Amino acid sequence: MKKPNNMMLQTLTRLIILIVLSFSIYLLLAGHNSPGGGFIGGLMTASAILILYLSFGLNSIKKVIRLDYIKIIGIGLLFASVTGVVSMVFGFPYLKQFFDYFRLPILGEVELTTALPFDLGVYFVVLASALAIILTIAEDDK
Amino acid sequence: MSNVIILPVIIPFIIGAILILLYKRHTIQRVISGITMLALLALSVYLAIYVYQHGTLVLEVGDWEAPFGIVIVADLLSTLMLLLSTLVGTVCLFFAFQTIARDREKQFFYPLYLFLMIGVNGSFLTGDLFNLFVFFEVMLIASYGLIVHGGTGYQLRESFKYVIINIFASALFIVGIAWIYSITGTMNMAHIAQRVSELDQTGALNIVAIMLFIVFASKGALFPLYFWLPKSYYGPPAAIAALFGGLLTKVGIYAIIRTFTVIFNHDTGFTHKGLIVTVAGFTMLFGVLGAVSQFDFKRILSYHIISQVGYMVMGLGIFTPLAVAGAIYYIAHHMIVKTALFLFAGATQKITGTTDLKKMGGLIGTHPWLAWLFFITAISLAGIPPLSGFFSKFPIILAGFEEQQYVISAVALLVGLLTLFSMMKIFSYAFWGKQKHTAAQAKIPVGKLLLPILPLVALTIILGFAAEPIFTYSMEVAEDIMNPTNYIESVLKE
Amino acid sequence: MELLMSIVIGIVFSVTIYLFMSKDLLRVVAATLLLSHAVHLLLLTMSGLQRGAAPVLSFDAEAYTDPLPQALVLTAIVIAFAVTALLLVMSYRTYKVHKTDDLEELRGSADE
Repeated sequence: MKKPNNMMLQTLTRLIILIVLSFSIYLLLAGHNSPGGGFIGGLMTASAILILYLSFGLNSIKKVIRLDYIKIIGIGLLFASVTGVVSMVFGFPYLKQFFDYFRLPILGEVELTTALPFDLGVYFVVLASALAIILTIAEDDK
Repeated sequence: MSNVIILPVIIPFIIGAILILLYKRHTIQRVISGITMLALLALSVYLAIYVYQHGTLVLEVGDWEAPFGIVIVADLLSTLMLLLSTLVGTVCLFFAFQTIARDREKQFFYPLYLFLMIGVNGSFLTGDLFNLFVFFEVMLIASYGLIVHGGTGYQLRESFKYVIINIFASALFIVGIAWIYSITGTMNMAHIAQRVSELDQTGALNIVAIMLFIVFASKGALFPLYFWLPKSYYGPPAAIAALFGGLLTKVGIYAIIRTFTVIFNHDTGFTHKGLIVTVAGFTMLFGVLGAVSQFDFKRILSYHIISQVGYMVMGLGIFTPLAVAGAIYYIAHHMIVKTALFLFAGATQKITGTTDLKKMGGLIGTHPWLAWLFFITAISLAGIPPLSGFFSKFPIILAGFEEQQYVISAVALLVGLLTLFSMMKIFSYAFWGKQKHTAAQAKIPVGKLLLPILPLVALTIILGFAAEPIFTYSMEVAEDIMNPTNYIESVLKE
Repeated sequence: MELLMSIVIGIVFSVTIYLFMSKDLLRVVAATLLLSHAVHLLLLTMSGLQRGAAPVLSFDAEAYTDPLPQALVLTAIVIAFAVTALLLVMSYRTYKVHKTDDLEELRGSADE
């Protein structure tokens, strides 16, 4: 069988995923008080990685990304659940949020909240489960 | 202190996440999930005692004040339901250790099991209508996973219908929530109750009440929305079928009891004594008629879930403290006995390899323990004194006569008789008669399988012989939930 | 505006019911997807379509929107997403095992 010519797609993919990935991380970080969040950020990252799988083929990307997505789901769930428990340890109600402003090098003044680790957990769960579902079906089809 | 009441939701969540990380190692998964369920059981016993002694506990999640944030409320009814659900969950898990096939175990059986417990426990504890929807969905998604677990053709085909019906019911739930939000402008159940009592429950609010009733009725398998139940509970392995039979429909019933005692309690002539009693009568009758016509162990039990859910709703519909106390007693009795019966079905299936009653026979000769334990549980279900079934049906029917609801009481008595008939049908076909299983099958030991069921059988006997203190307790629960000012005040802190 | 939205929701609901009645497995899945859209729109519409600033964050706006329905819809959308993903995988497996996507053939006989 003749190898299909994917050059256009592959070149564009290299460009696109940079933009998509960085935007998805922006969405993740902005999530706690402006549009965005772990869910949408995770979906966007998943779609970026899916473009990779589509344009370069399942097997070649699998050699590069050797992650067990199911374990990432577990890690994400742990992140999200433990964030709520942390406030319980200090005697506050479950899921109580805290935030403060910090001055970090390079970035300047940033707002750090405890909602962020929760969002990070959601991000991992959504990213990994979307990829796991799609890849399972894709592999099953062969 | 009040943080403790979220633990029945958090613990299975964290442990479930850890079990996903360990998904390739089933022995560790077994040990961890077993310990977790035992810990949950101990926790729920502690919570039940604590709430009984100190009154309702309220947790405002995330420190957002009551009508604005989500509240988690542990009152007498929810702690009782929590106790029963973790008991059933623990027993079924220990039964599952011995019956679930190895390859099924590896397909995330234990994480799904714990996620189901999150949903169930959360539904019992939440004091927020939308949060109830969320926990319902958590429970349902986990149940979709468990009901197709293993993925045989029959399971996939029947579960598809189960999933579609539940999705439709959940969509109607959101519709009900949307309506109630547009009328009352709040999602907190105590706050809704307050607003509804100010608004006078007529017209639009009655429509919302019926909408929510339809939603919970289709989850709780009430007439005419029960048709999905018998076929979908037939497919999965016994441990899962027992868990579903004992637990899932009761979450729907709990939601009906909660909403129709706290929120919609102003027009009882129409909603309770009219709608709910009528539905309860048809549910009992059609459920038991379905059971009588079946010749399959699991199918008969599944149809009996429907008929017995009718009793609980009937107790709510009559709406006197005696009847509601009877309904609560009945829920406790039913969850224990029904789970035990499904597990017995699993044990007999392990011996004979079938659930078809016509292919069984003579089990009493080879497995007398199994037979007699089943007999005790079966007559308890049918309502023979001095077991728990009698003392749970008696107050409901008594209250029915006191309130001049003669038709429904007569139906309840008739259904009790037919229940006895179909239980005896199982007993005489499967345990008496000529031995139809081979000599090799007769040697299959079931002692270890019966071990997890023993506490349940013991409990049905205890619930019968110690009926006095337990009935006093359910009377207190009933009076607590029929007087919602207590609930509203402890949530809104007025 | 609410009236228009109600009509739209009604149309989506009726399309949903039509799709639910069809024999095709995938159409039923599509029906559940549309159904979730319909009820989410209903949830937003029933709480009143408002214009205004985001609450809590600022104090100088003339009108504020009610944040609760939006939070509810967001949660409901996520749940619908999960359920749809699960249902798609399930119908795919059903199709693989039974080699048909015709619900008429997936009916099952009464005596099994």
